[in-house]
Amino acid sequence: MVGSLLLRGMLVGILAGLFAFGFARIFGEPQIDRAIAYEEQMAAAETPSAQPAEEEPELVSRATQAGLGLLTGSVIYGAAIGGLFALVFAYVHGRISPLGPRATAALLALAAFIAIVLAPALKYPATPPAVGSPETIGARTELFFLMLVISIAALVVAVALARRLWAQHGAWNAGIAGAAAFVVIIATVQYALPTINEIPEGYSADLLWRFRTSSIGMHAVLWTVIGLAFGALAERSFASRSGRRAALR
Amino acid sequence: MSDIAYAPSALPQPIPVREILPWAVFGGLLMLIAIYFIGSEEGAMTLVSGLNTHEFVHDARHLLGFPCH
Repeated sequence: MVGSLLLRGMLVGILAGLFAFGFARIFGEPQIDRAIAYEEQMAAAETPSAQPAEEEPELVSRATQAGLGLLTGSVIYGAAIGGLFALVFAYVHGRISPLGPRATAALLALAAFIAIVLAPALKYPATPPAVGSPETIGARTELFFLMLVISIAALVVAVALARRLWAQHGAWNAGIAGAAAFVVIIATVQYALPTINEIPEGYSADLLWRFRTSSIGMHAVLWTVIGLAFGALAERSFASRSGRRAALR
Repeated sequence: MSDIAYAPSALPQPIPVREILPWAVFGGLLMLIAIYFIGSEEGAMTLVSGLNTHEFVHDARHLLGFPCH
């Protein structure tokens, strides 16, 4: 059962990765191109025209990065997220709420999108090329993953709290209390953690906004497809399992 | 487990933890390694020398929001 859910999750994740790739290709790539053009402009301005700017050896062409590279990255990321989603779903389904597989999958995907994408992105948003200095990559990576882990932990705390209050105070009040706990934890942690701002002076605000919204949009596409498609597949596998049981009786 | 007694009959049958655990360990590790290679290899840490992985998934890494150079 868990094995088949895991397989379905990964397949759904691959599908979701393909959709995310389509979105990123249309909305994200133009922004990356603009950012790289800006980066080259800056590099050209720094070196005097007498000696042409030293071209960095191009290991992978831009066309490959924007095509096959982006596709590979999106699909592998999608498959991995889909697989993890299926494992969490296998634990959550039937344990937290009386909801069926489709509603559980949809709500779990929404909650995961908020905790894994939105909340961390509020503090440490995606950065286009030419933003961020190579010397701070270590610290930035640590802070990003720390924020991610805290955010997931906050979601677990919020759900546990809501579940505890549910019986006595009803679903609405319990849900509000859980959501409020999540917001308070995230707000406190984000207030306390150091801010990273490595945006160069005069960097296009429009480019930054479009890049970041398309990054969040790409994740939104991924999680929407995972939540809805996995729910449909999981419902079928639960139905066939109970059908087989009924037939054996 | 008094806290799940609010609607015991309505709850779908959960999958036992001992059935989930081996898959979670095996699958979870595999998925995290995959995410590591897409998100962070040759960024803050390097397992395979060179910059090929980094350059190949460069655009995906930026757009997925991982810290990148």
